[in-house]
Amino acid sequence: MIDERPPLVTFLLRIADDNLVLAQRLGELISWMPELEEDIAIANLSLDHLGQATAFLGYAAELTGTSDADQLAMTRNEREFLNSVMVERPNGDFGQTMARQFFVDAYQAPFYRALADSADERIAGVAAKAEKESRYHLEYSSSWLTRLGDGTEESHRRMQAGIDQMWPFVDDLFATDDIEIQLRVDGIAPELVDVRRSFDETVTNVFASARLSVPADPYQRLGGRRGFHSEHLGPLLAEMQSLYRAMPGVSW
Amino acid sequence: MSYDVPIIEGEAEVEFAGSSGAYPLWEVFVRAARGLNHVHAGSVHAADAEAAVQSARDVYTRRAEGVSLWVVRSTEIHASDPHDGDAWFDTDHPYRHPTFYDIPDEVGHM
Repeated sequence: MIDERPPLVTFLLRIADDNLVLAQRLGELISWMPELEEDIAIANLSLDHLGQATAFLGYAAELTGTSDADQLAMTRNEREFLNSVMVERPNGDFGQTMARQFFVDAYQAPFYRALADSADERIAGVAAKAEKESRYHLEYSSSWLTRLGDGTEESHRRMQAGIDQMWPFVDDLFATDDIEIQLRVDGIAPELVDVRRSFDETVTNVFASARLSVPADPYQRLGGRRGFHSEHLGPLLAEMQSLYRAMPGVSW
Repeated sequence: MSYDVPIIEGEAEVEFAGSSGAYPLWEVFVRAARGLNHVHAGSVHAADAEAAVQSARDVYTRRAEGVSLWVVRSTEIHASDPHDGDAWFDTDHPYRHPTFYDIPDEVGHM
């Protein structure tokens, strides 16, 4: 299924699905946060990611002749989703939610910055707007890592536990394959080496001020970008897609 | 106030302090555009100034309401006494308005 798609569509879906799945995860927290202020902050994050997903899915829909972004979001099955396994991780406690958010933000900020120079003007335009959002997201999640990591004994324990839980999924954010090579040659997709270098710098700096450490276990779970997901994505999609599948073409 | 927080397997149960008691209150002032004054928009609860500015951004400028934010601890605001209302504000002094006075025509446009 993936191989039948034009490379550009696959590339767009990989970006869009990261955002769509993360938006859904964050959306699960709305009305559950212990503070009204954080409830709104989480909703803002979710909506930013949803907006980015909509923009990239909209472009993918045009390229494939699919009717619209909704159809791509709501009718593909688990194997057809190309998000990294990081974003499908369950919310867990706030430490885990922030660890996941921080890793995504530390990846997305430099990724969008590079993508804003894409040879594809449509992609560059969306990335330029998304880059501003991701910079704020990174500020938000970094400040929580520092606050909790360098806070009380209990907050430090939970924040480090969150980091330990999410770390095995970091490399999948950067996973790529032959499908994207030509896009990179054409200047449409960015060089991930530079993005990873920026990510590593951010992690080093924030971990230092947050008194957090990188887990020693080198195991990394890959596969999301090729549609091989963990057991957590299916239930998420089932909930997200249930209305649309019950009433195809419905708008709300 | 207590919350029914989903418990993850292996996670210790936590008691939440609740939304109003834990953090101090901050008043939020938003500047809508360059050249305008910061205007009071509302308040947020936050542990410190940095968190207060961040929360204020999320709560009060999410629909592009502003270009700058101030926060100040609510306890640092000193207000006039509402019981003084009559003596302070409810006074009829029309002569304090320039329109109270007739300007002679000779003065021309002021």
